[in-house]
Amino acid sequence: MSPISRGFHGRRRASDVDASRVPPGQYVTTDFPVLSAGPTPHTPLENWTFSIKQGGQTAKSWSWQEIRDLPSEDVTADIHCVTKWSKLDTRWRAVSLDTLLAQVEREARYVLAFCDGGYTTNLPLADVTGGRAWLAYGYDGVPLQAEHGGPARLLVPHLYFWKSAKWVRGLELLTADEPGFWERYGYHNYGDPWREQRYAGD
Amino acid sequence: MAGTAVRGRLTWQVATVASAWQETASVRTIEFDIPDWAGHQAGQHVDIRLTADDGYVAERSYSIASAPGEPLQLTVERLEDGEVSPYLTDELRAGDEIEIRGPIGGYFVWDGDEAGPPLLLVAGGSGVVPFRSMLRHRARIGSNVPVRLLYSARSLPDVIYRTELDMPGDSAEVVYTLTRQQPPGWIGHSGRVDAALLAEVAWPGDHMPLAYVCGPTAFVEIVAGELVSLGYPPDRVKTERYGGVGAP
Repeated sequence: MSPISRGFHGRRRASDVDASRVPPGQYVTTDFPVLSAGPTPHTPLENWTFSIKQGGQTAKSWSWQEIRDLPSEDVTADIHCVTKWSKLDTRWRAVSLDTLLAQVEREARYVLAFCDGGYTTNLPLADVTGGRAWLAYGYDGVPLQAEHGGPARLLVPHLYFWKSAKWVRGLELLTADEPGFWERYGYHNYGDPWREQRYAGD
Repeated sequence: MAGTAVRGRLTWQVATVASAWQETASVRTIEFDIPDWAGHQAGQHVDIRLTADDGYVAERSYSIASAPGEPLQLTVERLEDGEVSPYLTDELRAGDEIEIRGPIGGYFVWDGDEAGPPLLLVAGGSGVVPFRSMLRHRARIGSNVPVRLLYSARSLPDVIYRTELDMPGDSAEVVYTLTRQQPPGWIGHSGRVDAALLAEVAWPGDHMPLAYVCGPTAFVEIVAGELVSLGYPPDRVKTERYGGVGAP
């Protein structure tokens, strides 16, 4: 039982916010805060590729133009950052990871996303297939800015947003789970905001 | 990037306010008494949880201001339109209880490695808070690791921990730049941190320094980018941005 914080009343959620869309411990912001562990990388598009690796081999690789030529869709999603902010109805232009993963033979059960700057994050394959995950390169009608992960980032809105890796350059398909960057620093391995899985053990 | 040991489950603990004091007109430090506090590393943060009498709950993250081994202190800046920070700066008083869990974060930390590289700490506004923990830790363990703090504040009265940072007898170098207002006769730096100021203050990249940058997003973007331009390898520049203090 939590003690009552004497004199704390809180600011009730604005009436136009549907409380059922806000996971426990989160608050809604209209800003788009930026969080990352290091400097923002700027890889020229002519050097940019997105790769799917398996067993130490590159199974498939796309250039920037090849990614842009794939069918894309407009995605509207609520996003939830582990640092407590949520942002509702964010609008993205993105390629479904189903489209990319359909082009490789695979036996994996997990993926490890890898990025410019060395960042990684791990996800079950089941969470990045079935229309629940995307490679996003547009935000709110314009190209995705570098500070928000451009030229392209993952978009996996049903998990805490650190799983939506910025500056992503590919996926490694794995048969055994392998913790990524924040997951090794004590953050939750799966990160479901609705079960408030912020840290290891939650 | 080696990870640190994964801890056990982080449970909410009741923290009692031991004392609190103003650092500046809008910034307050609060010291808590937590009976089972397991300790922390310099640079880590905690989550706090407030509960209203009707059960309404708000959670936020705050950087730890005190050194490892000291009682937990948080330094909070009052945000005008904030929901939680005005409560912490204006309402909370000795004897009050809130809930805290942590410590959290294993990346934006300094462990006090005596053989470690020179440190460059670059703070914007209340981004100085985790650096106060690092500097106190360095002093407490008697470390000789060279350290420079470049601290950008709006004006001299907005400088947090000024008495402590100006304390003689500590070999840490502190360089201020005042962005909005300078006192008469100010001979320090003025204006925002830019390439020229960093080139003057930062350890040369070939000394293999370790840089920590903490502040508002735009500040961190500029400083981190300029440090890379100065030859700092990107993986030697650790950043923490707020609007969401703390990692990730």
